[in-house]
Amino acid sequence: MANVISDETIEYVGILAKLELNKEEQERAKKDMGEMLDYIDKLNELDTTGVEPMSHVFPVNNVFREDVVTNGDGHEATLANAPEVKENAFLVPKTV
Amino acid sequence: MSLMQLTAVELGKKIKAGEVSVVEATEAALNAIEAKEDKVNSFVTVDREGALKQAKEVQKKIDAGELTSPLAGVPVAIKDNMCTEGLLTTCSSKILGNFVPTFTSEAVLNLQKAGAVILGKTNMDEFAMGSTTETSAFGETKNPWNTEHVPGGSSGGSCAAVAAGECFYALGSDTGGSIRQPSSFCGVTGIKPTYGTVSRYGLIAYGSSLDQIGPVAKDVTDCATILETIASHDLKDSTSVERKDTDFTSALVDDVKGMKIGIPKDYFGEGLDPEVKEAVLNAAKKLEEKGAIVEEFELSLVEYAIPAYYVIACAEASSNLERFDGVKYGYRTKEYEGLHNMYKKTRSEGFGAEVKRRIMLGSFVLSSGYYDAYYLKALRTKALIKKAFDKAFEKYDMILGPAAPTTAPKLGESLSDPIKMYLGDIYTISVNLAGLPGISVPCGVDSKGLPIGLQLIGDCFQEKKIIQAAYAYEQTREPAFSPLLAE
Repeated sequence: MANVISDETIEYVGILAKLELNKEEQERAKKDMGEMLDYIDKLNELDTTGVEPMSHVFPVNNVFREDVVTNGDGHEATLANAPEVKENAFLVPKTV
Repeated sequence: MSLMQLTAVELGKKIKAGEVSVVEATEAALNAIEAKEDKVNSFVTVDREGALKQAKEVQKKIDAGELTSPLAGVPVAIKDNMCTEGLLTTCSSKILGNFVPTFTSEAVLNLQKAGAVILGKTNMDEFAMGSTTETSAFGETKNPWNTEHVPGGSSGGSCAAVAAGECFYALGSDTGGSIRQPSSFCGVTGIKPTYGTVSRYGLIAYGSSLDQIGPVAKDVTDCATILETIASHDLKDSTSVERKDTDFTSALVDDVKGMKIGIPKDYFGEGLDPEVKEAVLNAAKKLEEKGAIVEEFELSLVEYAIPAYYVIACAEASSNLERFDGVKYGYRTKEYEGLHNMYKKTRSEGFGAEVKRRIMLGSFVLSSGYYDAYYLKALRTKALIKKAFDKAFEKYDMILGPAAPTTAPKLGESLSDPIKMYLGDIYTISVNLAGLPGISVPCGVDSKGLPIGLQLIGDCFQEKKIIQAAYAYEQTREPAFSPLLAE
């Protein structure tokens, strides 16, 4: 395997991905990611010098419009899906 | 012939003529679901009460002459990644296990405007990540042709529901082949439209630059009719394209004279099952006999589509799935210390293994130091793949090949080796990267009795060409039902 993923990398990616992996999942993730990257490295066979990265297949331009509210007040229905609610707001653990 | 064997358009005609009532059709579908779900498990949610209520309302509107669409009154199943107001929408994930949307996705809304009756929501690979519908948090769906085999994925529930005769048609979504591959495995017809043709508003995003909603049905006529109904320019989807040519049913013409069809040699090499190869080449022969000009050519870059896809799709997924954090909707972990621990525990407990695998890979390829080497490299590869297709379409009206290299594998054989599973998408994935339309139509069964799918790929906005050729090909065959629908 050409791509060896270290414990530090898995930990760092876990922070970025906001995932907490247990020891077993970490080992599996190291193996899986290494194998996937080995496979993805196949792209290096291609000479892409001077090729622009393509995000959209069609040319897209900004379209401007007035910022007018078109939907009604849906706060009750929206909050009904929240795991925890307090005084018409999403309740989250203390942050500061 | 049982009612459930009718196509959507056939049923729509009978409803219009007053031969079948909408309630009768809806009850027939609900009874079929009740009888077959034990064997197939196509649905996450069945909305019996809601469907019957809709049926009565739709019947009134048909009687009053307010609903005249060919699909008015025809019961449909919706993949569980499209939001439906008031109806559970889970993406087959524990993290959305209790999510009841407050709005309806645009494609479903377009169906409702035409008088569709929504039966329920179909099973899928969790967040559409998978090729077998085995990564669902709510159990695997089984193939109606042989319940020891997978239905394909990720729209496996939608395709199995159509094949089993649990609905008259369904909506699926296709990010890397998720409509065409399960259509092929289940012996049904499915279209992935040109990117931007169907609004993605209300479709829970996986890889936004690749996702498209499309129809799954018994035949090409149904698919063209459904696509015509769901296609719309939508200001709520910034990538929606304004098209004037969405009268897809005008292409239902049995004529391929002079059509130029290219067969990529690189689609018929190593890894392709000989029985699939034979069936697909026989289909090409049928089109040739009808007057099409069929030629082999070299498409090139085929083997680079899958690695490019996994970088782009996983990068987009890692960003799209950040919204599932246990704050606004869905699952929240029970015990936690502080906000960040709550996020992490919620996501780790709420997502399944394949989803986590793709979020990790996506986060990695977007991280500083790797962004250029992986993400930008993949986007450059995508540009080259698009160029290869552009070149092919200078010469050909469409490209013909298999939808998948094999027929449906057995349950439990795919997930242990992800890269092998990913390779099964080799013929479908580049179509999403290039934004092209593709259709899968049944073209035979293998010696195990499992269906084989023929794929036709068109240039951007050229759905009509592939619909016409698929329709012409379909006229050369007898429709075949799965054992569960034939009985």
